[in-house]
Amino acid sequence: MKPREWLASALAVGTVPALAVLLGLVAGAAVMVISNSLSSGVTDLGLPFRAYGSLLAGSVSGLDELVRTVSEATPLILVGLSVGIGFKAGLFNIGANGQFLMGALGAAATGAAVSGSSPAIAIPAALGAGMLAGAAYGFIPGALKAWTGAHEVVTTIMLNFIALALIGFLVTGPLSTPGASFARTGDVGNAALPVIIGRPDGTGNLGILLAIAAVPLAYLLLFRSVLGFEMRTVGASPSAALYAGMRPGRLIVLTMSLCGLLAGTAGAGQVLGISHSISASYSTSLGFDAITIALLGRAHPVGIFFSALLFGLMRAGSALMQIRERVPVEIIDVIQAVILLFLAADIIVRTIFRIRAQRGAVVDELQTVTRTYGGAA
Amino acid sequence: MDVLYGIPILGLFIQFVAYLIQIGPSIAPIILAISCPIAFGALCGIMNERSGVVNIGIEGMMLMSAFFGFVAAGFAAGSVDFDTSGPFGVTPPILLGVAVAVGVAVLLSVLHAWLCITIRTDQIISGTIINIAALGLTGYLNRIFISPNPRLGAGTFQTWRPPEFLTDLPVVGWLLNMFLHQGPIAMSLIVFVIVLQVLLFRSRWGLRTRAVGEHPRAADTLGINVLALRYRNVIVGGVFAGLAGAFLTLEQTGSFQTGMTTGRGFIALACVIFGRWTPIGAFGAALLFAGADAFGRTVGLIPPTGDLAGLGDVLGVVPAQFYGVLPYVVTIIVLAGAVGRSVPPAAVGRPYAKEGQET
Repeated sequence: MKPREWLASALAVGTVPALAVLLGLVAGAAVMVISNSLSSGVTDLGLPFRAYGSLLAGSVSGLDELVRTVSEATPLILVGLSVGIGFKAGLFNIGANGQFLMGALGAAATGAAVSGSSPAIAIPAALGAGMLAGAAYGFIPGALKAWTGAHEVVTTIMLNFIALALIGFLVTGPLSTPGASFARTGDVGNAALPVIIGRPDGTGNLGILLAIAAVPLAYLLLFRSVLGFEMRTVGASPSAALYAGMRPGRLIVLTMSLCGLLAGTAGAGQVLGISHSISASYSTSLGFDAITIALLGRAHPVGIFFSALLFGLMRAGSALMQIRERVPVEIIDVIQAVILLFLAADIIVRTIFRIRAQRGAVVDELQTVTRTYGGAA
Repeated sequence: MDVLYGIPILGLFIQFVAYLIQIGPSIAPIILAISCPIAFGALCGIMNERSGVVNIGIEGMMLMSAFFGFVAAGFAAGSVDFDTSGPFGVTPPILLGVAVAVGVAVLLSVLHAWLCITIRTDQIISGTIINIAALGLTGYLNRIFISPNPRLGAGTFQTWRPPEFLTDLPVVGWLLNMFLHQGPIAMSLIVFVIVLQVLLFRSRWGLRTRAVGEHPRAADTLGINVLALRYRNVIVGGVFAGLAGAFLTLEQTGSFQTGMTTGRGFIALACVIFGRWTPIGAFGAALLFAGADAFGRTVGLIPPTGDLAGLGDVLGVVPAQFYGVLPYVVTIIVLAGAVGRSVPPAAVGRPYAKEGQET
């Protein structure tokens, strides 16, 4: 493809998502102004500008801020790929939260156990344990769907709650550190991922490279391998895959395990790279961000990478926004929902900006997700 | 009985049954109260899925209703002084709260219907939007409106205490207690369940709804307006989600916490499947989940003792967190067992367009 054609197709694919983000920011501004004027009685039209200003100041204004943005984006890339690969295979992984938590738990427990070994042994062991724990937790809903037809939309949500309780139980009980002021696991010590960029006490750790490496790997898997072809075929049409001699059940189990592996890697990376231990109330909502990221990136690894960077930026800057302008960080979730709304109902975006229809903005394989709901194949 | 209780392993099971029979009547009202938001959510799911629309946004609808109902009631109670209270401790602010809760869920249902039926966007994505928006918006507004006003609130509906001559009746006494020792929303649940069951299978509306959910093309050919009926049902379903939300903040707790629905909307979806898309069945499923939940809460408070001490020892070893996740585990097990054996409405999840207007 010539560079010019490539640019044209990138523009065609990216226009609606970009406009959806823009509309999301506008809606976020409206929520800020309205809720502020209701609670304080003052209508402050400058608030959104100052809020978004401090959002940028906290995320891109210097090296420290940029490192924070990238390290916020790190788990988002991995969890986004987890949800995105699921979409490609016609599966809706709302369970990335639980798989992330199991990855974090596996890495924290193993990391604490091997904290005294040399990093060359401790890091792979703890990371591997987290990845495996995540994969195992993805395997469960995959197996349930393949063998019993229980839809992953319900089972994965239930598993999210079970993961939270499991962490609560293990971290207050068998895994707790004696002498700590609150229930938490032991420090991962030598299993900690080394800082590679920015301040030595900062968050720019090796996990960043791990996430960036996952992007081309996911691309090669999806678009350049037999397995990826089979996964996409099942996603496009389970019955066609069956007639072609593929085994949809096996692919569902494999894909969900892979989704779990990616989300588990994210959890392991967070623990080994940043927090170094987990508390009994450790939780996450990254799995929900990941849904938006995967859809914004049209379930394509490259799209997911850029979407994750955008959300990493918002997450990194939102703390400063809350401190300076007293806008709660939850505004990011509101913006996220509006972005999703405009992606799903892209006809609104097209009408407002008078763009002619092309390919659907939402991932086509989602049809399979919805049609298998209730057990009908 | 000691002989039976003494049998290894099986004896424990017999003790378990005896324990359930022993605590059952006393926790029956709690079970119904716990089942209430789940069952209302399931009624919402049935209204949607019977007409061919998947709604995984029930969780978000409940959460939004719970929040806005609570805030509306709280601010009304804070700005005007009401000293009148009717039966059930009804005050105007609480009634306003319920109305707002229902209104919010209906508005969200209109959005869901529009996205699923008119725009023909993916139905699971539409539900996801509602869930994420609900979690974000209520979390955001919670910090702005509720956190600075810790005393915000209008109280809750009072539960009605049925007279003792009713609850002391042999055999049916505890059942009457279960359904009557409740606030108004929980008490109305059984009425809605029965009415919806009858309407769905014995009325013209029910027949048409089922037709639209099974084979919209055939229904269309017979002159039924498929899209209008789907709109109507999805929107009416919103009323149930709104009542579920109102129950949480205006009848059960009297306060709001971020994410307080804790998966009930999804458990409701499992109930719809397990109950084979019938209101009575879904209500039964909701009672099962609520029973698991109530059992977990009771074991810690009234552990089995005396004859049942053997069982008490076993249950005492199990960590408290295990009982906390019982409803979620039961949901997964039930779903794994029920799907495939219960057949969903054939057109569920498929947007409808008249022939020749598919694109």
